[in-house]
Amino acid sequence: MINLKVNGKNQQFDGDPEMPLLWVLRDELDLKGTKFGCGMGVCGACTVHVNGQPTRACFTPVSAVANKSVTTIEGISPDGWHPVQAAWQELDVAQCGYCQAGQIMSACALLVKTPKPTDAEIDTAMNGNLCRCGTYLRIRAAIHKAAEMTPAKTANTSANKPANKSANNATRAGAPLLPSKK
Amino acid sequence: MKKTNLNRRSFLQVTALAGGGLMLGLYTKAGTALAQGPPRMAPLVPSDFISIASNGIVTLTAKNSEIGQNVFNTLPMLIAEELDVDWKDVKIVRADADNKYGPQFTGGSSATPMNWEPMRQVGAAGRQMLIAAAAQTWGVAPEECSTASGRVHHKASNRSLSYGELASKAATMPVPDLRAVKLKDSKDYKIIGTSTINAETRDILTGKPIFGIDVKVPGMLYAVFQRTPVLGGKAVSANLDAIKALKGVKHAFIVEGRPLRSDYTNYLFEDPGFESGVAIVADSWWAARSARERLEVKWDFGKWGAQDSVENAKKAQALSQQSPARTLRQDGDVDTIFKRDDIKVIKSPYVIPFIAHGTMEPQNCTAHYKDGKLEIWVASQIPQSGRTMVGQLLNLPEKDITVHNVRGGGGFGRRAYNDLMLDAAWISKTVGAPVKLIWSREDDIQHDYYRCGGFQFMKGAVDKEGKLIAWHDHFVGYGEGNAFAHDGGFIPNEFPARYVANYQVKSSVMPLGLKTGALRAPYSNSTAWVIQSFIDELAHAAGKDPVQFRLDLLTTTPLPLAAREAGLDASRMIGVIKLVAEKSGWAKRQLPKGTAMGVAFHFSHRGYFAEVAEVTVNANKKIKVNKVWVAADIGSQIINPSSAETQAQGAVIDGLSEMIQEITLEKGAVVQSNYHQHPMLRMSQAPPIEVHFLKTNNPPTGLGEPALPPILPAVCNAIFTATGERIRTMPMTKQGFSFA
Repeated sequence: MINLKVNGKNQQFDGDPEMPLLWVLRDELDLKGTKFGCGMGVCGACTVHVNGQPTRACFTPVSAVANKSVTTIEGISPDGWHPVQAAWQELDVAQCGYCQAGQIMSACALLVKTPKPTDAEIDTAMNGNLCRCGTYLRIRAAIHKAAEMTPAKTANTSANKPANKSANNATRAGAPLLPSKK
Repeated sequence: MKKTNLNRRSFLQVTALAGGGLMLGLYTKAGTALAQGPPRMAPLVPSDFISIASNGIVTLTAKNSEIGQNVFNTLPMLIAEELDVDWKDVKIVRADADNKYGPQFTGGSSATPMNWEPMRQVGAAGRQMLIAAAAQTWGVAPEECSTASGRVHHKASNRSLSYGELASKAATMPVPDLRAVKLKDSKDYKIIGTSTINAETRDILTGKPIFGIDVKVPGMLYAVFQRTPVLGGKAVSANLDAIKALKGVKHAFIVEGRPLRSDYTNYLFEDPGFESGVAIVADSWWAARSARERLEVKWDFGKWGAQDSVENAKKAQALSQQSPARTLRQDGDVDTIFKRDDIKVIKSPYVIPFIAHGTMEPQNCTAHYKDGKLEIWVASQIPQSGRTMVGQLLNLPEKDITVHNVRGGGGFGRRAYNDLMLDAAWISKTVGAPVKLIWSREDDIQHDYYRCGGFQFMKGAVDKEGKLIAWHDHFVGYGEGNAFAHDGGFIPNEFPARYVANYQVKSSVMPLGLKTGALRAPYSNSTAWVIQSFIDELAHAAGKDPVQFRLDLLTTTPLPLAAREAGLDASRMIGVIKLVAEKSGWAKRQLPKGTAMGVAFHFSHRGYFAEVAEVTVNANKKIKVNKVWVAADIGSQIINPSSAETQAQGAVIDGLSEMIQEITLEKGAVVQSNYHQHPMLRMSQAPPIEVHFLKTNNPPTGLGEPALPPILPAVCNAIFTATGERIRTMPMTKQGFSFA
C-alpha cells in the first residue's frame, strides 16, 4: 500500500508500485490534466510537483512518491485560477493546449524560486517542456506577466490550505505553490 | 424569401433546452439520404449551427476539428458576426461528424477559404429569420427592422425584442436561401478582425478532460496495439497465453489486418491501412503496456523487410545518373542553354529526409461497439471519411456509427489519417467492450504517415546580365510507374515555372514500403526549401542581391497559364517581399562577422509568405537564429489577429524543428522511436518572430500551413551568407550544423 498526498488530499494506491505516477493520477485518481507525451521524461507534458519540485510523472514510479505531496494542474490554486493561468489566458498562449498543463507546472515552480526571472532563467527552467505548436514566445511573455501579477513572496501550497473566499484576492494575492525544498 | 428544396422535406421543431429556454431546432428527414451522398450536396441549415436560449445565450456549433488552429472560434466568429450578436453571449459546442454540416475537412489551411462565405451566410440567414419573427410579431415590414447586439429593433415605433425572446418564433420562419442573404459590409464588422481567445482555453489551463486521450466511457478497457514494424508485415504467432496470464490483462489476440489497396494508395480517402499486429486489452493502460514488454511475436515481414535508407540513397544517386523516367513539365529548351559557354551553370543535389508528425498528444481513439452500433471518440481532421472507412471495415451502415470529434493535441496532418479508428473499432468489436486505444510515443513515431523524402538534382543557369535563363530539376522520389508515394510527388508548376523561359522538371521513382502523407504544408515544406535555396545559389552566382534577384524574377513576364492551371499572383508576392525587406532592414543593417540575413518566399494554400531570418553561426557550426520577420498576404481580413500571429510564429518554429529531424529505415522498420531521436525546437532556441500582414483586396484565406515553408530556406540562405556553406542535405546535422 502506497500512501501519498495529491493536491492536499490523502490517497492510497495498492496496485503495481512500478506504475508511473502519471497513470495513477490519470487513470486511478481521474486527474486527467497531467498529460502523457513521451513516457521517457523528454517532453515535459507530464510535469507535476513532488514536494514542490517539478517532476516528470511519466517515468516516476508511484513507489517513489510514497508519503510525498504531489501537486497537479488541478491543484495549483484554491479557487482553480492561479496567476500563471490568468497570464496564460490573457496572452492567449495555448494553441492545441496539450502541453500547457506541463508548461504551467514548470512555470509555477520557476516563479517560486525566481519570482522575477530573466529571459535566460525562463529558458533554462522551461527547456524541458516541448511545445509542438511553437507557443514558446507567448509562454515566455506569460511568465513575465505572471511575475508582475504575483507578489514576490509566494505563499505555501493552496492544496494544503483552505480556499480563500475572495476569488480575485486568491488569484492575485497568494500564489498557491509548494515551496521549494531547500 | 425563398425556401430551399431541403426545407420542403424538413420539419421544424422547437426543442426545450435543459435550461428551460428554447432553441431553433430544425431536423431534416433528408439527413439519412444526405449521409449517403457527397457532403457538399447538402445545403446548410442555420439551425444546425445556431441555437438561442431564452436568456439570450447563443450557442454556435463549431463544425471543424480543433487541433490548435483556433478554428473552434474562427468559424463561429463568422456566424456570430452576421447573426449580429455580442461575442460575450456566444457559447461554442463541438460538432459530431455529420454531413449536415458540410465538409468537416481540416487540412490544407482550407477552413477559412471554404467557410468564409457559407458560415457568414448561415449567420445572416439566422438573423433574417429573427427579423422575420419580430416583424410578424409587430405587424411591420422586415425591411423596417434592424439588429444590434442580439436584439431586433423597430426604430419607427421604438420597439425592440431580444433574440432570446424571438427564438421560438424564429424557428417557425421559413429558412432563406443562403446564397441570397445579404451580408454585412466589412466596415461594420464587430467580431471579425478582433482577437478572441479559444473558447476552451480555461479548460485547457485548468486541466479539464477535453482531449481524446481523456475520454472515459463506463466499463471501458484499455488497449495497446503492437503493429507490424514493417509495412505489410503479418503477425504469424505470439505468446498470447503467457500475455493473457499477466495481471490486469483481459484479452490478447492477433489482428490479421488486410492488404493495402495498393503500394501507393491514397491513405486519406481510399484506405488508411488496417495493419496486422497484436492487441492487448487490460483493465488499465499501464497493465496493457507492461504486458507488451513481455510480448514475443513471430512476424512475416514480407517484401519490405530488407528496406534500408542508405540503400535508397544509393539508388537515388544511380537514378540521377540516368535519363529521367518522366517529364513533368517542359518549357523552352534547357539543353541548348546549358551548352552555351557565356553563362554560369550551377549544379546542386538536394536531399530531403522523411520526417514524422510527432503531435504532442499521442494517437488514440476510444470505440464502443455494441449490438451493431458503433460510437467513437477521436480527434480526426477528416471524421466523415473515417466513419465511411470504419463502416466499410465492420460492414456497418454509416447511420449506425457516431463519431464524436474531440479536441486534438496537435494534428499537423497526422490526424487526417483515420487508422486509429479502424484499429480501435476492430478491437472493441472483438472484445465486446468499450476500448480506449492509446499509442505510446514509440508507436507514434514508428507508425506515422511520414512527410515523404526525396532527392532533387538541380541545374540552373544565369547569363552575363545575371538573369536566370534555365532551370532543370530531376526529382528522384518514391513510387512506381506514374504513381508517386502519397503526398510524395512534385507540383510541376511550382515557381519559378512560367517565370523562366527554359524550365523543366523531370522525375524518376524507386520503390518505397512506408506510409507517407500530409505534414503541415505538404509538398511545400520540402520543395520551398529546395527551390528557394537554389534560387539563392543562382542569385549569388549572378552577383545579385537575393531580394532584388527574386523581385527581378517575379517582374519577368510569365508564360501564360495552361487551361485549368493555377499560379501565383506575382504582384501579391512582390508586396510581401518588399514588406519583409523593409521590416527586417534588409541590406541596410551592418551585421557582425558570422551573422547574416537570408530571405525566401513561397506561395502555397492560397497564401503569400516572405520571410527573413537573421542568424549567427559560431566556429562549431552552432546556429543561433536571432530573429525572424514574416510578411504575409492572406487577403482582406485577418479574422482573429491574435491567433493569426501565433499560428505564423508556430509555423516558423515548426519549420526550424524540421531542420533537425529525420526518419530512417533499417531492415524495413523505422529506426527513430521517441523525441530524443526526432527532436524539436526548445524554448531557448526559439527566436523572436515579427509577423506583418499585408491586407489586400482578396478573399481571406488560411495561414497555418503557408507560413511554414519559407523559413527553412530563409535560414539556410542566411547560413550560406554567414559561412559560405550551403546546406543541401537535411537534416542540417548531416552537414555538422545544429541549433545553439
